[in-house]
Amino acid sequence: MQINSPAFKENARIALHDVNLQKALGNLKAGFPTKRAAAVARMPEFEQLRDEGTALKNHILENLDIYLEQFEENVVKNGGHVHWCRTSKDACKTILDICKEVDAKTVTKGKSMVSEEINLNDYLEKNGVEPIETDLGEYILQLRGDHPSHIIAPAIHLNLEDVSDIFHEKHHRPKSSDPAVLMQEAREMLRQKFASADVGITGANFFVAETGSTIIVTNEGNGDLTQTLPKTHIVVTSIEKVVPTLEDMTLFLRLLARSATGQEFTVYNTLSTGPRRAGDQDGPENFHVVLVDNGRSEMVGSEFQEMLRCIRCSACMNHCPVYGAVGGHSYGWVYPGPMGSVLTPKMIGIENAGLLPNASTFCGKCESVCPVRIPLPKLMRHWREDEFSRHLSPKAVRWGLGGWAFFAKRPALYRILSSSSNLFLRLAAGKKGRIKKLPLASGWTNWRDMPAPSGKTFMQQYKSGKKD
Amino acid sequence: MSKSEILGNIRRGLKRGEASTEQKASVAQRLSRHTRNLVPQRAQLPHEEQIKLFIEMAKEAAAEVFELESIDDVPAICNQWLTSHGLTHIVTGSDSELLSLDWSKAENIATEQRVAQVGDQASLTLSFAGIAETGTLMLHSRGESPTTLNFLPDTHFVVLNRSDIVGPYEDAWQKLRESTNGEMPRTVNMITGPSRSADIEQKLQMGAHGPKDLIILLINR
Repeated sequence: MQINSPAFKENARIALHDVNLQKALGNLKAGFPTKRAAAVARMPEFEQLRDEGTALKNHILENLDIYLEQFEENVVKNGGHVHWCRTSKDACKTILDICKEVDAKTVTKGKSMVSEEINLNDYLEKNGVEPIETDLGEYILQLRGDHPSHIIAPAIHLNLEDVSDIFHEKHHRPKSSDPAVLMQEAREMLRQKFASADVGITGANFFVAETGSTIIVTNEGNGDLTQTLPKTHIVVTSIEKVVPTLEDMTLFLRLLARSATGQEFTVYNTLSTGPRRAGDQDGPENFHVVLVDNGRSEMVGSEFQEMLRCIRCSACMNHCPVYGAVGGHSYGWVYPGPMGSVLTPKMIGIENAGLLPNASTFCGKCESVCPVRIPLPKLMRHWREDEFSRHLSPKAVRWGLGGWAFFAKRPALYRILSSSSNLFLRLAAGKKGRIKKLPLASGWTNWRDMPAPSGKTFMQQYKSGKKD
Repeated sequence: MSKSEILGNIRRGLKRGEASTEQKASVAQRLSRHTRNLVPQRAQLPHEEQIKLFIEMAKEAAAEVFELESIDDVPAICNQWLTSHGLTHIVTGSDSELLSLDWSKAENIATEQRVAQVGDQASLTLSFAGIAETGTLMLHSRGESPTTLNFLPDTHFVVLNRSDIVGPYEDAWQKLRESTNGEMPRTVNMITGPSRSADIEQKLQMGAHGPKDLIILLINR
């Protein structure tokens, strides 16, 4: 996926005026948060599970190297292979080499954000291997030449008509306004592809050091067909997804479904441990795990280590007012919303993604719903500081902050300015107490009136309180 | 090369070199203990209540549940369901319990033991455990039970003994370790209801790529 994060402001402006997108985003806002709240209410221990999940992730990160090596040992013991890849390029090349080894023409793919991150589809296509997305949302996007705008609901930015139109164009069948008919159409189109693919590629929600297993969590069953039918199964995943035992994985599964879709449990939770065994009638003959680093190992011990706790549930973006207003594509790369605003600058550079951690109201909702309590606003603030200290912030921001600092360092002057601004704003607001237009604040007043300060400044109130 | 660079970065971040023997031993011990994290109260019930919860949760996940007195009743119920849906064919696993079923009274139904193929109408497999906490079935691959039977046919019948229902997932892991001498099967499938997707306009539709119907045959054993 091409990097379009530097254009966040322009993307957001377009998104806010896109009627269809706003309609589609309405479906998100009406759905996930309500479902999550209901599922959480049914699990009285949910807060304790979050605490345990947070502590367990911290323990894993403190011992990450040991768990990764243990995982590798067990995969090999079960007849599989582990490939360690530092960069996207390494990972793509490794996967292509495996495909070439088995002379693969087509590859079915389960949903995998890591494969989006490393831009795998483009790489395979350029090198003569056809990737076929099998998750319904991803399949729709692939037909449209589009990319996911959400990490668990990839086609959330589309409406029924968009799906109907592209299916009509590509499947040459009549248009339909019934989602059930459209889904059946996709099912029929993909059946034979599952069976005839040479290689199946899936991601992994977690992988288990104790057993050398990987696990995928899906509602559709496409990932399961992807990994069972072809002769070779490649799992592409990132290093922080290791968990010690099956019991530890279970803790995260209890958190994941409820935080993501508000389900009690996802329909299919499937563990894969090595290739086909003696006596098995089906299953892949080759099992490869491609471990992707892509900057994560450098986050260990850094101010961004807590981000490595993320289990990709999407609760942060489902509850984010900014994501809800502008959608995932505005963020301009693979990971949108609050988690993306922390992760993306690490992966594509703060010079390309500086606008993302700034696109937050810091309302804190993301942190309050995160199943592993990642302090997302704090981490975004780290990026803001980093951007500022490296002189990457826009001039207007730097001058604005410089001007503010000048007054803030001079309390007497600051008080004169704040009390006179207070008076000015109240006079400008008139009797209604709201300002329709304000110089330098059109970003606010173009959309809503600015409320005027209601009374005296804090220091004026503090002083009068002292006298009492 | 990449491996040593990645591990080197991690160790630098952790401000240490390779883990000490003690650290490795402590991790190894943790891995062998299988210590449970918090197990929700909901899953810790007397067995009869676990069964009740299992049925309730499985139905909530849109599975159908039929309670049968004996596994011998399986052909009749499959026959009834398939016939009423205009279907005539079922592929089954080859476990001895399934091979010994008498299908002679299910005259309109053809049975076969093999892996699933594109176009199969229905399949029948045994399940290893039922997990009451969320109405989840646990199945695992083995020579007699090809994994494709769980995913490719449109309808999936699953036999589950009442005695194989446990409360939380952790009990199922313990049961699995005991039954396989700690060897993980190639694939373990936890299945909660039939396949579905909400990828089109966030409207939930049943039957995406896996079975459109999941039918649990709960045997009084």
